[in-house]
Amino acid sequence: MLYRLYQPIFFVVALTLAAMASRAQEGEPIRVGVLHSLSGTMAISETTLKDTVLMLVEQQNARGGLLGRPLEAVVVDPASDWPLFAEKARELLVRERVDVVFGCWTSVSRKSVLPVFEELNGLLFYPVQYEGEESSQNVFYTGAAPNQQAIPAVDYLMNQGVQRWVLAGTDYVYPRTTNKILQAYLAQNGVAEDDILVSYTPFGHSDWQSIVAQIKRFGGAGKKTAVVSTVNGDANVPFYKELANQGISAADIPVIAFSVGEEELSGIDTAPLVGHLAAWNYFMSVEEDVNYDFIDEWLAYIGDDDRVTNDPMEAHYIGFNLWAAAVEKAGTADPSAVQEAIIGVSVPNLSGGMATMLPNHHITKPVLIGEILDDGQFQVVWETPAAVAGDAWSDYLPGSRNLMADWTDPVRCGNYSTEENRCLGAD
Amino acid sequence: MFGTVAAYPRWSWWMSLGLFLAVSLGGWTRVTAQTVETSPSIPSLRELVNRLPEAQDEEARRALLMHIAAGGDAATERVFAALERGALYVDRRSRTVVEGSRKGSRYLLTDVLTGEALGEAGRRDVRRIPVDNRLRAELRTVQALGALEARDPTVRQAAISTLLGSSDPEVHKAFERRRGVEPEAALRSSLDVALAIFALGGHDPKAFSAALNTLEGRSEENVRTALRQFSARSDVLESQQVRAQRLLERAENRLRWLARLEALFFGLSLGSVLLLSAVGLAITFGVMGVINMAHGELIMLGAYTTWALQQLLPTQPGIALLLAIPTAFFVAGGVGLALERGVIRFLYGRPLETLLATFGISLILQQLVRSLFSPLNRSVSSPEWLAGAWEIVPGLALTYNRLAILGFSLLVFAALLSLMKYTRFGLQVRAVAQNRAMARALGVRSQRVDALTFALGSGVAGIAGVALTQLTNVGPNLGQAYIIDSFLVVVFGGVGNLWGTLVAAFSLGIANKALEPMVGAVLAKILLLIALILFLQRRPQGLFPRRGRQEEQG
Repeated sequence: MLYRLYQPIFFVVALTLAAMASRAQEGEPIRVGVLHSLSGTMAISETTLKDTVLMLVEQQNARGGLLGRPLEAVVVDPASDWPLFAEKARELLVRERVDVVFGCWTSVSRKSVLPVFEELNGLLFYPVQYEGEESSQNVFYTGAAPNQQAIPAVDYLMNQGVQRWVLAGTDYVYPRTTNKILQAYLAQNGVAEDDILVSYTPFGHSDWQSIVAQIKRFGGAGKKTAVVSTVNGDANVPFYKELANQGISAADIPVIAFSVGEEELSGIDTAPLVGHLAAWNYFMSVEEDVNYDFIDEWLAYIGDDDRVTNDPMEAHYIGFNLWAAAVEKAGTADPSAVQEAIIGVSVPNLSGGMATMLPNHHITKPVLIGEILDDGQFQVVWETPAAVAGDAWSDYLPGSRNLMADWTDPVRCGNYSTEENRCLGAD
Repeated sequence: MFGTVAAYPRWSWWMSLGLFLAVSLGGWTRVTAQTVETSPSIPSLRELVNRLPEAQDEEARRALLMHIAAGGDAATERVFAALERGALYVDRRSRTVVEGSRKGSRYLLTDVLTGEALGEAGRRDVRRIPVDNRLRAELRTVQALGALEARDPTVRQAAISTLLGSSDPEVHKAFERRRGVEPEAALRSSLDVALAIFALGGHDPKAFSAALNTLEGRSEENVRTALRQFSARSDVLESQQVRAQRLLERAENRLRWLARLEALFFGLSLGSVLLLSAVGLAITFGVMGVINMAHGELIMLGAYTTWALQQLLPTQPGIALLLAIPTAFFVAGGVGLALERGVIRFLYGRPLETLLATFGISLILQQLVRSLFSPLNRSVSSPEWLAGAWEIVPGLALTYNRLAILGFSLLVFAALLSLMKYTRFGLQVRAVAQNRAMARALGVRSQRVDALTFALGSGVAGIAGVALTQLTNVGPNLGQAYIIDSFLVVVFGGVGNLWGTLVAAFSLGIANKALEPMVGAVLAKILLLIALILFLQRRPQGLFPRRGRQEEQG
């Protein structure tokens, strides 16, 4: 009786709600969160990425938005402070109700926001190369996994006849994991333990005298030597300066770096660096029309002809377009639907190929090796013949060899053990 | 050096290229561009250069370069130098090869043969002709082969050093030829060493013992490699092998000693950086007792002053650097003066509040620089006279920039010490520090002395910033890297004692560099900190305690 009386009221309420929802579909903007540090030590790298996302949003709006709805960017500043990243992520997802977040730099910041995104089922596009060994349902890794940067770089050097290796890195998770993978990979390729020198330095290390002297002695054993550098950020400039001052040129002992890009080179005297190498998935100097278009748009947007483009910017470019294509495909910006729709989507990258989102939430990328030129640009000296699929779990680490990530049915797991045939989940 | 087997007979390329450069650089004959261009059968240099973009793979490129070199054109050197720099581009509009330099998003083009300006081009109009390390190394070898015949003996010496590691028979021949005509005794002995290395790798048993004699007492890298390879050979006399082994051991022993000396120098150098960054603090914190957390940012301001001066004098980085020393002193000193008058003087005797206030100021200064200039690092270039190293003996080379900073830090220290000791101002500073009331009673204007002392300490921090531009990044975070170390040095040395600061800086530097090779950079720093904490537990007043205001109050 009571139920029958209430039924029409239910009906009316449901109708109004539906009407409100469809109105939202038409006019209400899709909200895009930007979680990059604008102050503090990481501002040097992250400010550019914030501007990149803003530019992409503006361009998408000029094309008529998505699903007929405009995009609206919401920018917050986590101030290079790891716990603040988690707070700001929560703010974006709960208070600002954003549909997607582009952000973070460094694995520490990503690990800090990860539980927030998983709890609130948000979407995060992470644009920087990282050490792998992770795959979350809520995170899309558009930067390089170790098999898309470190391993091809070592392959290139081996081809150049390098027999002795210095693995120099800053002391934190990315270099340590990458070097562990590289050590296993080198050992597998017949490099003796004596021919590998591992050296870690604190963040912002500026006194490289002893380490460079050590590298010089290590390289003086009559075998071709190279340095694989995971040295991070500010410590690079004094490192290269010391190499040059102690008379080590790129022809004697080349240094291949994974974190030195155009943006980092724009602030320094490049003379001591000429001829040293970097491995990335994109360089500003890539000679493709799609890249030139992107550069022109970027320079026009930022209004400064001296600015550069770099690899993490390309990662955001790819990530943004993948997300936009997935939203169109799903017909909604709802995170769960986009998560399903995005897998298998392909969009052009800036080096003339295509980037595809894989079931493990990594993408396909070509690997380019570039040499530093005196104008702060890189010249591509080698590239992989085809795009490399990102591997979340390294094949060269004992604990992760038998793991795989697949976010499609029937696996639906970030760390599925092919040995035990089960999803390990949180343990 | 050569990983691949050349499709082209390699030695013929070497021979012709080497001979050509030897000839043209030696100035014996010069075939002019005109004579080549008039001959119809041989393509001109310009035609050859324009073929560069067609040579896609390494072998084709090498063959073409050989062809270019063999043509004997005077402008070849220009082409090679531009190629080595990666400055050769194809102009896609005219399909010609030009020299280009990037200016913003435009390229300035010049004719690669004549240097004549050809106007501008956009990014899409040009394509860079690739050059990699292997090609660069080959070009360098070829150029060195030519430089063996140069008039200037230092150029010849450099050429010998460049070619020393080579196992190329062409280089061997060039060395032999040069040995016959070389007038300088020093160069002759270098050539003897080079030839002895070749002899050890050769198959003439009679040459071995003479070669070993020549290499006695040598410890260069290439010599050791040659000895090592020789002693591992199976086709030589055992007695000679034993001899080579002994020479190698002696060389390595000598190197171990040199490495120890080098580590000592590294320690002194690190100490000098610590001294420079801490000596200003030794005045503001040590003498005045102000915990100035913005000290690092004053260093940063000095570094930015250097950058600004280099922007004003873009062609004279060395002069700008020298001018920056007084300028940075006054800039940082001025900011220090403003700080003291504006903030710190209200907080004397309240160390906690001073600490918080100056910490806030340091954040403000950092963000100010970030907003005013950019969060990106600024590029400060090193003048040529600070680049490179002074090789005292093979195996022991001291870098010029470190040597200069070591000397500079001692100079600053001496100046500061004599200022405090021999001037009226220094006397007043010491008087106020020891007993403010008594000093005031004797007519010292203590507030003025406070302000000037703080400005002096800040100015010295600015000078430290100038020196640091030669070692590290100039960016908003520069100061943070040095503030902790500066406090450590001052506290360890004994607050208020300049000599203590000197001793503390150098002993921390040397201890750090002695530990580093053994335990790594990270652990060395941790161990040192632990040792320091234990030391300060035993002796809270540091190495050289001072009788002064702090102690009376404490």
